[in-house]
Amino acid sequence: MEDTIKNTHSIKNAEELNALQSKLTSSKEFNSEKIYICAGGGCIASGSMKVKDAFVKQIAESKLNGTIEVMETGCLGPCALGPVVVIGKDDTFYQSVRAQDVKDIIENHLVGGQVVPHLLHLVGDTRVAKKSELPFYKNQDKKVLRNCGKINPVKIEDYIACGGYQALSKALSSMTAETVINEVTASGLRGRGGAGFPTGTKWGFARKYQDDEKYILCNADEGDPGAFMDRSILEGDPHSVIEGMAIGAFAIGSSQGYVYVRAEYPLAVERLQIAIDQARAYGLLGHHIFGTAFNFDLEIRKGSGAFVCGEETALITSIEGNRGEPRPRPPFPAEKGLWNKPTVLNNVETFSNIPLLINQGGLKFAETGTDKSKGTKIFALAGTVNISGLVEVPVGTPLRKLVYDIGGGISTGKPYKAAQIGGPSGGCIPAEHLDVPLDYESLNKLGAIMGSGGLIVMDESSCMVDVARFFLEFVQDESCGKCVPCREGTARMKQIVDRICQGQGQMSDLDELERLAGTVTNASLCGLGQTAPNPVLSTLRHFKDEYIEHIRDKKCRTAVCKDLIVFEILDACNGCQSCKKVCPVEAIHGEKKQHHIINTDLCIRCGLCLSTCKFDAIVKY
Amino acid sequence: MAKVEKCSCGTDEEGLLERLTEIINTLKDKPGALIPVLQATQSLFGFIPQEAILKISEMLNEPLSKVYGVITFYSFFSLKPRGKYVIRVCLGTACYVQGANEILTALKQQLSVEIGETTPDKLFTLDVGRCFGACGLAPVIMVNDDVHQWVKPSDVKKILGTYSRRKVVNKEEE
Repeated sequence: MEDTIKNTHSIKNAEELNALQSKLTSSKEFNSEKIYICAGGGCIASGSMKVKDAFVKQIAESKLNGTIEVMETGCLGPCALGPVVVIGKDDTFYQSVRAQDVKDIIENHLVGGQVVPHLLHLVGDTRVAKKSELPFYKNQDKKVLRNCGKINPVKIEDYIACGGYQALSKALSSMTAETVINEVTASGLRGRGGAGFPTGTKWGFARKYQDDEKYILCNADEGDPGAFMDRSILEGDPHSVIEGMAIGAFAIGSSQGYVYVRAEYPLAVERLQIAIDQARAYGLLGHHIFGTAFNFDLEIRKGSGAFVCGEETALITSIEGNRGEPRPRPPFPAEKGLWNKPTVLNNVETFSNIPLLINQGGLKFAETGTDKSKGTKIFALAGTVNISGLVEVPVGTPLRKLVYDIGGGISTGKPYKAAQIGGPSGGCIPAEHLDVPLDYESLNKLGAIMGSGGLIVMDESSCMVDVARFFLEFVQDESCGKCVPCREGTARMKQIVDRICQGQGQMSDLDELERLAGTVTNASLCGLGQTAPNPVLSTLRHFKDEYIEHIRDKKCRTAVCKDLIVFEILDACNGCQSCKKVCPVEAIHGEKKQHHIINTDLCIRCGLCLSTCKFDAIVKY
Repeated sequence: MAKVEKCSCGTDEEGLLERLTEIINTLKDKPGALIPVLQATQSLFGFIPQEAILKISEMLNEPLSKVYGVITFYSFFSLKPRGKYVIRVCLGTACYVQGANEILTALKQQLSVEIGETTPDKLFTLDVGRCFGACGLAPVIMVNDDVHQWVKPSDVKKILGTYSRRKVVNKEEE
């Protein structure tokens, strides 16, 4: 990598960028045949680097040596099928590839011209070879993720060859700050971090305030459990974020930006740093960018594991070197933000939309999406769905399409129960609303939010009271403690839901929960507290019967709530005594070779007997 | 491996403190330097010892109370030494609905420690995390920077074994 930096020189104007782009697109390397290997976080964890090494080694030893390039790419999407490999020349998609499969692919496919059937994706009974024909890809509209999976994220040349930095060039050479803001406003782009505030309006505010310095910040503190789209963009196409930030900085009149990345994403930090260094080497960051008076530089600040720092004022306080506690607004960051200077803070995905938007123009961008929400949205699809991974669809796509057409339906074969969307600030969408269009307004009406785009599918085996309890525990843990409604309110709410899960609830608890939720929502200082009751309210709204069952019948229909579970030994028991031996509280009785019995009063519901029994003679309900 | 550990480039406490001084000197003019300095300290020592807190407070000219306040606010900073391998069980939503709690229980039983505690041999520290962004592979656990995916409670013993064996191998090398 150092070599590529040494040999570069600053790009001084639009013509030089164009010349470089055409030189790169006509290069031998760009036009060579390629094998794309997913180097997203998910596939790396599944072992894609071993697969890559095997390809590199075995191709070098074969007669194909020098004719095919093995390329690491950003996230290709279907994490659950990893490691994923795509053969460039015929768009063949291979899934769950192991190092020992590489020989097969090289000999049979690359040399012999025959695809390797057992590594292809199965749709029903048919094996589909072409990536573009897979239902997972066919039903998506990859705009923000346009480069993810096509370029090498640690090579700026790949990004430039695909039209990278053209938008920055256009903005600096033929647009003014005002026209950039007008385009962004016209596009209808709304913040992708969750709240959906119009990006153009935000930039306009910050432009208005005059000061000797302004800051542009990128929120990559993707803390919502179940969301990994920002991680994938930073790992797969980091330059799109840098370019978007530079355009934003030009629009508001800033010369310094910070990217606040959470500490849990070491790979994203590494690749973004490489990208920043490369952009500096090409003069795309630094002084006099494209030969103009515009100066801009970027620095990474790492988070230290506090969820609340995803809130804009807390993030700012954290960059300043303090405890990440939010502060009251107004003044809004656009007026007094980082070090009391006018500041714009946008999410990774929002910035990644900007180059596209500037290149094609705001009105063209606005053709995708719904009346009030424009463009595409990336969702992180996870939970009990067949193909979990990263998907991008136009805003307003029905939830059903995501779960069934793209995600391939429920993986356990059990019925769909709910999709949790929007993380700890969001809510659950039950089966009767599966056709809800995924846009800001429609989701709000159902008590959920678009949020950052984490979408977790749950089947019948999930207890919705327990899900509410899980999120309360989360916000309780992550509440910074500065304001009372959030710190104490969520604690009391958790106490009540705990009680219900233990079978000690009363019917009046349900009203009490709603009343407390109102107080926490209205009186909390920041977004964390204001939205913390949402998971409880939405499950109360759509799954009230489950709460009532827990309280009135002392029953958890999914056998998730431990205190309400009963373990029973069936007639299939042959008296092998293994359950009796593992029971930590001696709650199991019975003579050898005779039917055993569990004393429910002593049982602590640890489940050891169930996992020990080899004869399926123990059930829990 | 063993050689690197034995080299004289300052692995003893005093050597580490000297390196910390160098790090603080390079970072101290940055605006908001305290957190980057603490992050460097955490990775240098594996935790934040009292001597380091004193030094940071003095060199950055920040009150001790503020340095301590920042350390205790963020979960990545630890005031106690941690094990060689920090195991973090993801308790994010996707992992939770796929049974992460049972993995946590299995780990507690295997290691005989609670969350936040370190085994007496200083090999493992058990901790929990809130989503590692690997939801497509849920449930996951991280051991230092390695991600283990689709973990079942019955896999726990095997996973721990691969790390405790590494310790034995390292010892033999020495």
